[in-house]
Amino acid sequence: MNAAMMLAPRTGGLAALALVVSLAPLTFPNAYFYDVAVNALFNAVVCVGLNLLVGYGGQISLGHAGFFALGAYGSAILTGTYGVPPVAALAASAAAVGALAFVVGRPILRLKGHYLAMATLGIGIIIHIVLKTESQVTGGPDGIGVDAFTVLGLAVAGDKAWYWVGAGLLVFAVWISLNLIDSPMGRALRAVHGSEVGAEVVGVDTGRYKVLVFTLSAVFASVVGSLFAHKNGFITPDIGSFFRSIELVTMVVLGGMASTFGAVVGAVILTLLPQLLASFEDYEAMVLGGIMMGTMIFMPKGLLPSLRAALKRRRAAA
Amino acid sequence: MFAEFLQYVFAGLTSGAIYALAGLGFAIIYNASHVINFAQGEFIMIGGMSTATMVAAGIPLPVAAAAAVLVTMLVGVALEKFAVEPAKGADVTAIVIITIGASIFLRGAAQVVWDKEFHALPAFSGETPIAVLGATLMPQSVWVVGVSMAVIALLWWFFNRTLFGKAMLATSFNRLAAQLVGIGVKKVLMVSFALSAMLGAVGGIVVTPITFTNYEAGIMLGLKGFSAAVLGGLGNGLGAIVGGLVVGIAEALASGYLSSAYKDAIAFVIILLVLFFMPSGLFGKKGTDRV
Repeated sequence: MNAAMMLAPRTGGLAALALVVSLAPLTFPNAYFYDVAVNALFNAVVCVGLNLLVGYGGQISLGHAGFFALGAYGSAILTGTYGVPPVAALAASAAAVGALAFVVGRPILRLKGHYLAMATLGIGIIIHIVLKTESQVTGGPDGIGVDAFTVLGLAVAGDKAWYWVGAGLLVFAVWISLNLIDSPMGRALRAVHGSEVGAEVVGVDTGRYKVLVFTLSAVFASVVGSLFAHKNGFITPDIGSFFRSIELVTMVVLGGMASTFGAVVGAVILTLLPQLLASFEDYEAMVLGGIMMGTMIFMPKGLLPSLRAALKRRRAAA
Repeated sequence: MFAEFLQYVFAGLTSGAIYALAGLGFAIIYNASHVINFAQGEFIMIGGMSTATMVAAGIPLPVAAAAAVLVTMLVGVALEKFAVEPAKGADVTAIVIITIGASIFLRGAAQVVWDKEFHALPAFSGETPIAVLGATLMPQSVWVVGVSMAVIALLWWFFNRTLFGKAMLATSFNRLAAQLVGIGVKKVLMVSFALSAMLGAVGGIVVTPITFTNYEAGIMLGLKGFSAAVLGGLGNGLGAIVGGLVVGIAEALASGYLSSAYKDAIAFVIILLVLFFMPSGLFGKKGTDRV
């Protein structure tokens, strides 16, 4: 990925993304790379959804891993315990998570700043604790096994197959995100981010748009959660922990808020980072914390927008 | 019946006092800088861990406790100097990520300096339970509540009776006006981090004999402290204390009468319910934004 691609116009960006994800496997020396790459793709899809809320809508959520975990457990329980076909289970979980987000979104998104952070954090933690405690349904802290993902009798098996599922989903998610941003809803959202009162004054129903984008980002997380459960074959409540929620927001902010490709870049970097830091062993947490602080101090707008600004400056100077 | 209830209230007051100290820490930093310091829980952990290590090495408790408070305050000041001050003017989300990054960094550092094991500290004055109206009260609980009250009284004196404390209050009301009358706002920011670190450390030291401590002990304590601060209305000191006690007692009652598995969820259920109906907490100012 070079800087020129990131600077390309919107349509060029989507084509370039499709090209990158199609060609990336050529550089994978072994199967382990596929496994890491699938996780990166999945995180990227969640972050593209979360970026709509955080980056464009300007609303923070410190509980999105909860929605991811609900999707995962919904699929695991519906397919495992009740024998529902995986696709139907995925759709039902997504619908249920969407409904939940819609219902709690109303009162929560009236809150601002730190109060909103507190409320979303609370919802995430409550979901995490429920998943840990209701062991008769969820298997408790030990986790639960999940069957393979089958569509019309065909199973998605192996990391290679999952790579293409993830890649397709990411391109689709980015396409939705790019179109949404330029739709009336996207414009309304950006107006909310700029000034909520200003948006209201010109007639934007800010509450409605905030709830809609919150719901949409929760559905993104739920769908990916379902796929993750099937791909992994085993899930524990910790996929919905507070730390996971933080990780997701950090990916969005690190890559660059209000930048769809920034969210993708942030997700990929932060998924690969632990693999690279593995050699630091005991110092891993310190390095991760240091990177989070350093990026925000020196590039408060995130990687991609900061790079773009730096390139622009160089061009202007030349 | 009543004895059982009293027993839960004692337990609630003990943990509530710690939440109140942490909540106050959040409030003080928020007032000085509008930053929510997610590393507040790590102050509690560092205070407890340092004291436990020094006492285990044979240093007398009062000396160890004083040294631990000092170490934690230094960490607080360093956090302000190297992570929060350079990011001045960044938006809320960026600052949230910075302080969360700091908390992960400090946990990682604790893992390197110490280990992943639990560390214990002997109770300050024995473990003979005191009988009160049929319930039993551990001496260490008295220490927790007593020390918390003393610290809160000291803070009250600092903010209301000393010039610098008043300067800090003035800064929280109106930063620009405070600057115009010659208050060193930078110093205020640094002192606020030192004070919050002190509150965390003191809480960590008095609670460690009851709960033990390890490098992750600060996570939940910090989040509960944040709930306490939000419950009372961000930036309201008295609110944070009341919020802490409410969270602590509700938690103890719920885990006693309902389900102990959901003990940790109670704080967050309460906070969600309160925020649904009172979006600025119990004692928060009704927000009116200037456009």
